[in-house]
Amino acid sequence: MNGLLTIFQLTLAEARRRKILLATFVCGVAFLGMFALGFYFIHREMVKHAGMDQIKQRMMLTTFVLAGLFGVNFLTVMTAVLMPVDTLSGEIASGVMQTLASKPIRRSTIVLGKWAAHGLVLAGYLLFMAGGVLAIARVIGGVAPPGIQVGLPLMLLEGLVLMTLSIAGGTRFSTVTNGIAVLGLYGLAFVGSWTEQIGTMAGNESARYVGTAASLLIPSEALWQLAAWHMQPSVVRDLHLTPFSPASVPNGAMVAWALAYVAMVLVLAVRGLSRRPL
Amino acid sequence: MTVPVVQARGLRKRFREKLAVADLTLAVGEGEIFGFLGPNGAGKTTSLKMLLGLIEPTGGTAQVLGAPLGNLRTRAGVGFLPEHFRFHDWLTGREMLRYHGRLYGLRGRKLEDRIEFLLARVDLVDAAGRKLREYSKGMLQRVGLAQALLNEPRLVFLDEPTSGLDPIGRLLVRDIIRDLKRAGTAVFLNSHLLGEVEATCDRVVFVKQGRAVGEMHMGDAGAGLEVELRVEPITSALLEGIARFGSALERADSLVRLRVDSEEALPALARWLVEQGANLYNMQAHRKSLEARFMEVMGEDQRPG
Repeated sequence: MNGLLTIFQLTLAEARRRKILLATFVCGVAFLGMFALGFYFIHREMVKHAGMDQIKQRMMLTTFVLAGLFGVNFLTVMTAVLMPVDTLSGEIASGVMQTLASKPIRRSTIVLGKWAAHGLVLAGYLLFMAGGVLAIARVIGGVAPPGIQVGLPLMLLEGLVLMTLSIAGGTRFSTVTNGIAVLGLYGLAFVGSWTEQIGTMAGNESARYVGTAASLLIPSEALWQLAAWHMQPSVVRDLHLTPFSPASVPNGAMVAWALAYVAMVLVLAVRGLSRRPL
Repeated sequence: MTVPVVQARGLRKRFREKLAVADLTLAVGEGEIFGFLGPNGAGKTTSLKMLLGLIEPTGGTAQVLGAPLGNLRTRAGVGFLPEHFRFHDWLTGREMLRYHGRLYGLRGRKLEDRIEFLLARVDLVDAAGRKLREYSKGMLQRVGLAQALLNEPRLVFLDEPTSGLDPIGRLLVRDIIRDLKRAGTAVFLNSHLLGEVEATCDRVVFVKQGRAVGEMHMGDAGAGLEVELRVEPITSALLEGIARFGSALERADSLVRLRVDSEEALPALARWLVEQGANLYNMQAHRKSLEARFMEVMGEDQRPG
């Protein structure tokens, strides 16, 4: 347990000292500033047009909040992939891992300590960014999307899927190869999910199956679709009024699969490092 | 030999087509300063990494501190300095030692005292608050040596510890190795620097193409003793008789050279020659240098690594 805590603290210290936290915070503030500005102007315009339907106003603002959360989701995905991309491969290549692994700790401790620390940073980042978007919407426009308590954990789970893949890849591939591979998988899931959505709307079963298969291979985009579904009013999602209203809604089994997926990839990461010659 | 702290039997490692370590059998005693000597590419680092549990052997068995390779409890009693010590360069020297100490399970006052002692021992007290990225190569090696000794180990593996050190740094490392010997710590010194090994080791094993091909006891007065005799008349019977006292007999005119196992052979040889009625004009014995022994063991086919 001491070893796990030490690796956890070392990883957090690395995020702080290498200015990873500072960069994410500064870029996050810039993103939120831009969102606040946009939201303010849109809201002001709506208030000017007093004749606009209240429901329509609310729907437009909710759509903009979802667009903000989509941006947060994308940044969370990038952070999840890039933040830990060299945490193992970099230390293996530089020789740092030899010194760590010769200490009286299991290699699984190294993987789990790093995973937990990166997971905490990712959760903090998501909370800061999504919390910022929601606070801005609430303060300026009095808008509060529904289902946040379900949507945000799903977004975090999506991040964890990609973060765990990035850590696991680092036990076998070089940093650059790993980054390209995990982002490539994310792209695959993204295209697969849209294939499923459009296939469902077009009534094409084959396209739908392709999308489902892609979601099973990497369930990241399916989790975002489900999160987006929870975070919009029922009228908006049922009528598919925004690009964030999924036509094919992933079910609870996909969440269970994503949780199992994280656990399995984590086991692969532990096995990968344990068997890796250092 | 005392109780072995390292014992390997037929240790073997293959990386696909390349056989890095062919058949390594060796033992290192408690408190022994053991030199593992060989040219570049001889399999020294791979052997050491197998013993540390960093690489899984393809075959053979080995024990470190009486336990199978990779045993966690054993590692608590082992220190390791890699050839090119690297750690997170955003940490200061003192912070790096603190993290390593905690990985050894050390805490609080005991850890802090140990860190300050070792920083003083490797002459880095002034630089302890500086980040590792500001350290020279020599300073990195020295702080790396300090981390290898944090846990007051029973056995330390040093992989080319003086690589990158200036002469003063090398002397400091030699002093530390002597301190370790006095404290009863065994040192497994991986090196291809003959002078360094000669100055510090009790015993040396030569490794070539992943096999232990020879051994030399540095402290043994008779190790590799070469004897040169000027004796007359030289007959075939006399040569046969001389050959019984040693090996590698050579003759050049009235000079005879041979190698004997111990100094005790010298008076016996002189006495026998006189008894045979030979005239012994000169008898000189000198210890074979490590370099000469190294070249002899490696053979003339050895090329620069």
